[in-house]
Amino acid sequence: MTWLSIIISGIVTYFSRMAMVALIDREMLGTKVKEVLNYVPAAVFPAIIFPGVFFNDFGLFVEITDPKIYGAIVALVIGFYSRSVIATIVSGLLSYWFIIFFLLR
Amino acid sequence: MLSKSKIFFKGIVAVLPHMLSVIPFGIITGAIGVELGFDPILVYATSLIIFGGASQIIFMQLLSGGASSLVAITSVGVINSRHLLYGAVLSEYLEKLSFIKKLIISYFIVDQGFAESNRYLRQNKNLSNPHYYVLGTGVTLWFCWQLSTISGIILGSFIPEELGLKFAIPLTFLAIIVNDLRKLDHVFVMLVSGFASLMLFDAPFKSYIILSPIVALIAAFIMLRLKK
Repeated sequence: MTWLSIIISGIVTYFSRMAMVALIDREMLGTKVKEVLNYVPAAVFPAIIFPGVFFNDFGLFVEITDPKIYGAIVALVIGFYSRSVIATIVSGLLSYWFIIFFLLR
Repeated sequence: MLSKSKIFFKGIVAVLPHMLSVIPFGIITGAIGVELGFDPILVYATSLIIFGGASQIIFMQLLSGGASSLVAITSVGVINSRHLLYGAVLSEYLEKLSFIKKLIISYFIVDQGFAESNRYLRQNKNLSNPHYYVLGTGVTLWFCWQLSTISGIILGSFIPEELGLKFAIPLTFLAIIVNDLRKLDHVFVMLVSGFASLMLFDAPFKSYIILSPIVALIAAFIMLRLKK
């Protein structure tokens, strides 16, 4: 039963990856749709970022003093000016660790 | 002109920084599966067959918590439906491929690979073989995901939980969009999506992951209309 669920989940997931690439003809999408598609990264990723920063493991809002918020702010500023993926991630993690291991001890 | 292997290699390099979050996340996914009591082979099968981090964890948590298969499968489908949007964007660069190649390359469409491919290919519109870039990102992420889930399955969660490496996940995605903060229209769409995700977080089947982008894209559509 579990195996069957994995396989069906796999098919569903694969379909979501493949459908727009292999089954849809781009001519079918109007210019307006194509214009809106420019915003896909801006529309998708904040929906992963915001809950990851502002909610705890139990799905409750974190406090305004939560280290994740400050880590995210540091990463945001460093990332904005450095334009580097690695600097964004590393600065966010390091500042987060600095807070939890040094400031909160 | 860039050769195919050079383009492929550029794709590999582009996603390497994301390994900082992908590898710990993979280890955690493997370890959680085993901790929840699933057969190691089964845990690994989710990485091979479903191949989508967050959805694999939710899938195993739901089943081990006694949820029905239907609920587990629906959740996976809802969480992963965001790939439809990635496919719609990437199809611009993949449309000249044969049907078979499209079927193969689709398997490798992942968040970070999509984001990096989109960023690079938009600036290099007349690249002759853009799909090699997509493949370079996807294959790299695939290998690292497989290896890291396997090590999580075998070794357990050997990364101390105090490190809070889960926080690397929002950071990776922040790194992906941080450059677009220079464009006000993009910032507006990001804020709509972010606030929508906070408000819709408790919606069933983790559907905030697809509902928030839809809300944000509708907002983008309205914004574009008003601009004209």
